[in-house]
Amino acid sequence: MKLSLRFLVPAILFAALAAVLAIGLRHDPNRLPSALIGKPAPSFSLESLGDPAWKVGSSDLAGQTWVLNVWGTWCPPCREEHPTLVAIASENRVPMMGLNWRDDRTLAMRWLAQLGNPYVSVAYDPEGRTAIDWGVTGAPETFLIDANGIVVRKYVGPMTMDIWQKEFVPLLPAGGAGR
Amino acid sequence: MRKLALAALLLLAITAGAVDTGQRFDDPAEQARYERLIRDLRCLVCRSESIADSNAPLAADLRREVESLMRDGKTDAEIHAFMTERYGDFVLLRPPVAPRTWLLWAAPALFLAGGLIVVIVVVRRRALAARSDPASLDDGPDVP
Repeated sequence: MKLSLRFLVPAILFAALAAVLAIGLRHDPNRLPSALIGKPAPSFSLESLGDPAWKVGSSDLAGQTWVLNVWGTWCPPCREEHPTLVAIASENRVPMMGLNWRDDRTLAMRWLAQLGNPYVSVAYDPEGRTAIDWGVTGAPETFLIDANGIVVRKYVGPMTMDIWQKEFVPLLPAGGAGR
Repeated sequence: MRKLALAALLLLAITAGAVDTGQRFDDPAEQARYERLIRDLRCLVCRSESIADSNAPLAADLRREVESLMRDGKTDAEIHAFMTERYGDFVLLRPPVAPRTWLLWAAPALFLAGGLIVVIVVVRRRALAARSDPASLDDGPDVP
């Protein structure tokens, strides 16, 4: 009895520690829960990337489901995901707005001219104030906002067709009544 | 003496690590408050650094945000709320004491208590065994 307990207790402790560490290994520490999910989309009104006289804002697409994609020309993963965004936009299911973050207007315009423009409009945020309101920690980030103006999904990192199909498409209104 | 001086120098090096050493407020009390606030906020790019220590662009934006919130007359609690609304509790380097973080805060005390219980049980058991039959101590170095 005494002997078995002496071996049993460390064995149980070891198993418990192994279980905790195994759970920890499965967690991706780079994935943070967004504080914004289920909350109203932060409002903004910024200069349009293409035309400083034109305002682009969160109310432009109110009343319908829409996507906000945060990007910058300084961000290599943004270049990686760009063809996917262009492909998603060509499906015409949901309007996508761009938030050009901490970037240069000329470079960003050249980027869209060269790689294609998946956005219905692009808001220009060189100081990153709107990005802070949206809790952006690193580009690219993609948000889905429903017709009630609630943020229902956020994805950090380069968008892929797989993630789009699995995590975003099921939340789109049926029939693709995007625009 | 030389060791002491070296230790003091090393400590100085730690405090000199902060990236943001700029004077933002003329009032020393406000400047101290600013420095304390940015030391308590996590840089979400580098994760283990505060926004005072990080030179990531986002950290610079957040320092500017803290400064402008202070100039708007916001309290410490309001500034913390501003940050957690956007980035979650993770942005605070000192997690808040709330029901969901009680276990986190109590963990050191719980571990200490657990260790004490183990020590007390072992010592008691040995004392009992020694009193009844010294030969039963099969793991102690004390029996000649």
